[in-house]
Amino acid sequence: MSQKVLLNATEINIALHRLACQLIENHDSFQNTVLIGIQPRGIFLAERLKKILESDYKIANIKLGYLDITFYRDDFRRSDKPLEANTTKIDFVVENKKVVFIDDVLYTGRSIRSALTAIQSFGRPLEIELLTLIDRRFSRHLPIQPDYRGRQVDAINNEKVKVCWKENDGEDAVYLVER
Amino acid sequence: MSELSVNHLLGIKYITEDDIQLIFETADHFKEVINRSIKKVPSLRDITIANLFFENSTRTRLSFELAEKRLSADVINFSAASSSVKKGETLIDTVNNILSMKVDMVVMRHPNAGAGIFLSRHINASIVNAGDGAHEHPTQALLDCFSIREKLGDVAGKKVVIVGDILHSRVALSNIFALQKLGAKVKVCGPKTLIPKYINKLGVEVEGNLRKALEWCDVANMLRVQNERMDISYFPSTREYAQQFGLTKQLLNSLNKEIIVMHPGPINRGVEITSDVADSKQSIILDQVQNGVAIRMAVIYLLASKIKHHED
Repeated sequence: MSQKVLLNATEINIALHRLACQLIENHDSFQNTVLIGIQPRGIFLAERLKKILESDYKIANIKLGYLDITFYRDDFRRSDKPLEANTTKIDFVVENKKVVFIDDVLYTGRSIRSALTAIQSFGRPLEIELLTLIDRRFSRHLPIQPDYRGRQVDAINNEKVKVCWKENDGEDAVYLVER
Repeated sequence: MSELSVNHLLGIKYITEDDIQLIFETADHFKEVINRSIKKVPSLRDITIANLFFENSTRTRLSFELAEKRLSADVINFSAASSSVKKGETLIDTVNNILSMKVDMVVMRHPNAGAGIFLSRHINASIVNAGDGAHEHPTQALLDCFSIREKLGDVAGKKVVIVGDILHSRVALSNIFALQKLGAKVKVCGPKTLIPKYINKLGVEVEGNLRKALEWCDVANMLRVQNERMDISYFPSTREYAQQFGLTKQLLNSLNKEIIVMHPGPINRGVEITSDVADSKQSIILDQVQNGVAIRMAVIYLLASKIKHHED
């Protein structure tokens, strides 16, 4: 198994600041916008962006929730590994809000398809956008594209993109791992 | 661990502590789901479940049916009272006829102990025991322990007394197994005639005096007096039973601590517990009912995840 660095800590930091600025361009003071981190790995990116928006751009009262998509996945009983659920925590109303889904890697698009179904249980959003740190292009199974992307990556199917976060994995880095 | 060690839920005796913890963790997620404005997930949309009730039931049956529907399963219901069982059909024939309609899972309540185990050896579907005679009622024990965990943080180390008709109670047996697997201490309390002879072999102590039992415990699980299962008289009168083993507000208030009061329902108000106890803030009877749906969703979801999808 070999791995190659796609983004180092500095590059991730630059990408995060750019993504934060792009969000501000479209959402201004975030009064009618909510951020939703997709469990399990999207929540680290979502927390980081929230922190940058609050500390560097002085935007207060950003609403951030976690959405678990396990029970909405389309591979239940079809995958060899049992699916493990995570916590959903959305303690605000999404009805008529602008929702931004945040996930670390966009690959087949199936997780986002599940998230689009799952979010409906919390109301009818005004609109939904997608932010992703890594966009694995040419590997989509569904017509889903990100509105904000950190880096576009060409990876083949037996390669895996691994996003590491300091608070969870000890370092900020994105690797391309060959399986 | 993220998968059950079994393909059927026939009794608590046959599952491990890890299985119980996995069911609890999954039920935590489903409890959040059933408190949303849309209380439904699409996980089991290609699963069909038959609820076979060969014995009367209200809450267990409604609870299972609701759990199945909240998971988007297709549900068919069967009750013995209005079926061909009355015409002399055998259990295996009845079930095989239902399974030939492409049913993936069977939830069954039956008056005979071991009916679920017998069926699991003869048919090709996942089976959930919803009560078999005086043997086991595993989902009730799971929801009881889940409710204790929710209220007290953990089940391990807690002292639980099960009061009443232990002899005829599948709830008692399943609860004893579940509580012990989770590390709780269990005592039973009731008239001698309603305590089974083998009870000590389960590692359970018997206490004949309700006040002493309550002073010892953190949780009191008050069982229903099952008049329908009593072919002879086990105690002189309901009034005498209520006086010796009924929980009153006066008794509850005279204890030097606050204990939790549980009841699997249906309540005989004024017999096992008085109305003011059942409706007091120490009673978690209605929490048990709500948790029942989450626990049953977890059990069905985890068992269904072991039924592999076939492309045909």
